[in-house]
Amino acid sequence: MKAAIVTFPGTNRERDMRVALKRATGRDPLMLFHRDALPPGLDLVVLPGGFSYGDYLRCGAMAAQSPIMRDVRAFAAKGGHVLGVCNGFQILIEAGLLPGGLLRNATLRFLSMDCHMRVERAGTAFTSRWQKGAVFRAPMAHGDGNYFADDATLDRLESEGLVAFRYTDERGEATEAANRNGSARNIAGILSPNLRVCGLMPHPEDLVDPLMGGTDGLPMFESLADAFLPA
Amino acid sequence: MKARVYVMPKAGVLDPQGKAIGHALEGLGFGGVNDVRAGKVIELDLAETDPARAKAAAEDMARRLLANTVIESFRVELA
Repeated sequence: MKAAIVTFPGTNRERDMRVALKRATGRDPLMLFHRDALPPGLDLVVLPGGFSYGDYLRCGAMAAQSPIMRDVRAFAAKGGHVLGVCNGFQILIEAGLLPGGLLRNATLRFLSMDCHMRVERAGTAFTSRWQKGAVFRAPMAHGDGNYFADDATLDRLESEGLVAFRYTDERGEATEAANRNGSARNIAGILSPNLRVCGLMPHPEDLVDPLMGGTDGLPMFESLADAFLPA
Repeated sequence: MKARVYVMPKAGVLDPQGKAIGHALEGLGFGGVNDVRAGKVIELDLAETDPARAKAAAEDMARRLLANTVIESFRVELA
């Protein structure tokens, strides 16, 4: 698999993402900066977490306008796979590649803790190693992760199976207590209609090795590795 | 020509910041504050001298960058 990680001034989770991709695929991803062009022949583009451009204006708003995002939009338009985690999810939303918005956490607090998610859509390039309904743990660290969309958009996401992950408790119940940032319908991650663009707030890349305290997040990267096995 | 773009959380969209400010005002002893909404003001100094064109340009900027119209509404005033 040929993957590239795109960074902006203020990105800070790119190394974690690199470790996760390398562990699952055996190949070191290409590290790109916002002024670089996206090279041809990529299978996957990843926008990692951080605080791009100091979260000025709105989280992800500045990065969404940076030169490399033109290439990322074109890559996605041609059916390329794009993963955005945390700030990367915010950037995908600001770039119009995924619908909705991410508001300040309902508690106004920056949330830095583990959460649990239930896999709502299996069988995609990002989730094929999980069964639908599987529950896994992932760290989260964000101030603006409160997913919002109007009811029509939420209904469409649900009916078309584009909700990828939902916040739940350890047993997989989508309770209010498990939905710490206040997201609409406990939504933690969503997919584009062609299932090739995925954004989520928590960090599966930070649980891919027993040394990190677990491997709950590894299936996401193994799924991606499976999707792009050399023919 | 100067333009002011007022960006506010849309009606019906949770505004935790406004809520927190409201609680703080209450803590300071200000009574009778029914609701607080917090937004932002962006001032633009535009080369355009025609008011209609300046307003249209500022609105275009608001739609494409200054506001996220999924969660925010905006209003442009020429100064």
